[in-house]
Amino acid sequence: MIAKTVKIINKAGLHTRPAATIVKYASKYLCEFFIQKDGMNINGKSIIGVMTLAAEMGSEITLTFDGKDEKAACEEIAGYFERGFDEL
Amino acid sequence: MISFDEIFKDAENSVTGIAAAPGIVIGKAYKYIKEELEISEQKITNIKLALSDLEEAIARSKKELTKILNLARNIIGEKRAIIFEAQMMILDDPILLGTIKRRIEYEKMIPEFIVNDEITQYQKLMLKAHESYMSERAHDIEDIKNRIIRNLQNKRLKSKIPEDVIIVSETLSPSDTILFSKNKTIGFVTDHGGLTSHAAIISRSLNIPAVVGTHNSTLNINEGDELIIDGFHGCILVNPTKKQINFFSKKIVHLHELQNSLKELKNKKAETTDGKSIELLANVDVTGELDIAKASGAQGIGLYRSEQIIAELGDIATEEEQNTIYNKLSSSMYPQYVTIRALDIGGDKFNFSEISEANPFLGLRGIRLLLKNEGLFKSQIRSVLRASKNKNVKFMLPMVSSLSEVRKSKNLIEECKNELKTNKEKFDNNLKIGIMVEVPSTALMTKEFADEVDFLSIGTNDLIQYLVAVDRGNDFVSDLYREFHPAVIRTLKLIIDGAKISGKELSLCGEMAAETLAIPLLIGLGLESLSLSPSTIPYAKRIIRFVSYEKAKSLAEECLTYRSTKEIINRIEKFFEDNSIKRTRNLI
Repeated sequence: MIAKTVKIINKAGLHTRPAATIVKYASKYLCEFFIQKDGMNINGKSIIGVMTLAAEMGSEITLTFDGKDEKAACEEIAGYFERGFDEL
Repeated sequence: MISFDEIFKDAENSVTGIAAAPGIVIGKAYKYIKEELEISEQKITNIKLALSDLEEAIARSKKELTKILNLARNIIGEKRAIIFEAQMMILDDPILLGTIKRRIEYEKMIPEFIVNDEITQYQKLMLKAHESYMSERAHDIEDIKNRIIRNLQNKRLKSKIPEDVIIVSETLSPSDTILFSKNKTIGFVTDHGGLTSHAAIISRSLNIPAVVGTHNSTLNINEGDELIIDGFHGCILVNPTKKQINFFSKKIVHLHELQNSLKELKNKKAETTDGKSIELLANVDVTGELDIAKASGAQGIGLYRSEQIIAELGDIATEEEQNTIYNKLSSSMYPQYVTIRALDIGGDKFNFSEISEANPFLGLRGIRLLLKNEGLFKSQIRSVLRASKNKNVKFMLPMVSSLSEVRKSKNLIEECKNELKTNKEKFDNNLKIGIMVEVPSTALMTKEFADEVDFLSIGTNDLIQYLVAVDRGNDFVSDLYREFHPAVIRTLKLIIDGAKISGKELSLCGEMAAETLAIPLLIGLGLESLSLSPSTIPYAKRIIRFVSYEKAKSLAEECLTYRSTKEIINRIEKFFEDNSIKRTRNLI
């Protein structure tokens, strides 16, 4: 299992477009993927789940990946967070 | 013999409204409460059926959403269309769907209860967040939740409503009306809506008596009450007395006799006493209505409202689906003409609620929406062209307000013709193109428009609404919507004269033609073609055959000088009296 803490750095925060993109990325992988924030643990392959996360610029989020392809999944998804959802 | 007035006067059980579709019927009330998404905690016994209902509703929702997504991308842009894309993903959300299915199996509750409960939990989480955009997000999810539930309930609704009942409802959408009519509904009563509301138009075309705009009828009528609906006078009797039942039973017999005698008119011309022929065409809303149109003796289809396909199918038809319907229209009416009106979406008709406008009647509707959605428009043009190979199809543009819209549309039609030529498909290269005259700016420039098209058709419903600035669906002002407003009569004259100069064909297809009182005036103003609901054609023909054109002309000339609606109506009523023409309601 890999756990990684990332920061929201784009201005608009985790709005609908990045939420959709994250789920699209996650569904390519076999490993389990969860997002933790403020005590909530959300399955990252569920769009409706990810949409319940209110994450503004500056907030911190923990991503956990568990499964065979966890490394590749972590790289792609955490990378997307670190690039500010390509909105910088 | 007692009269209608006596039977309704002092009757404590009477409710009055607007006579929206002629006919008399006695039957049991079925209250259709459109408290949208009222979800009961119902248990189920057949889990397999519930799961397949869910699958079906999800598939149906996906199909609807795909069309909306395409439309949204064109209209509001790729960026804002993401909301619909996310909704689409929700329909594929493995976690959500998995939980819903498991809960249906364990809890054995109807699928809509579980869907509602499960998605609402997510919405509550969103609303708990402090960020303001989260409440908006909760709202976006509301849409998709409602869509799934509606699709689950629609299926149930169809099997739930008993046959042969009178539907009593606060309001009815065009698709509700069609759904009920398929279930052998015998009458409609609604609180809201006027003569030109779409529910009224559809019930008229399907020959189902209707009284609308009764304000409080749904409060005074209980499920299972016996009702008499008089669609000629706009009256309803709740739990009628023996005397009232006797009276109306006799009227129903008389009505059947009258309808039979009108059938004899089928092959007779609609000709005035002094030999002027009037062409009577049918307005067709639903394909099933073609038979009524043919039986009525209509000389063609003057208006096929193609947007009704949406109401019938539940979403925008594909090019192939459209082509099948248009081919059927063309071949079953051949050699008579069929006028297909391009999709008139927007305003109060099939507004995709996702695209909200502050003022939809002045917004993106009719030709405006089509020109912004070239893909949608061109697929309709191609399917119309492909159905035109028998050379009996005409194509009409709605809501035209400027010449540039006509030119742009004609360019698109040329493009489509070239595409079909490349594919070696057959079509009528001289397909006649016309416009609806329903916006005052177009009415004022009728001659200039006529120069650029092959034919024109006056749409009185919208023309009146825009001319007198009255929203016909707004109960507060709908009494100001007056067909016999002097300005309306003068504008009709202006249009008729403009079309005459250019020598182009002109018809009138609004609901005004269904008002028998208007017929002598319309003929007197110089109209030679009228298009109306098939069920009203025999009534109109009977009136025309009693009218002298010369006298109608002087009637029109006089009416053009009046200053008030009242003067005009009084004058027309006097015309009926002087020429001993009896109105239909006075015959039974």
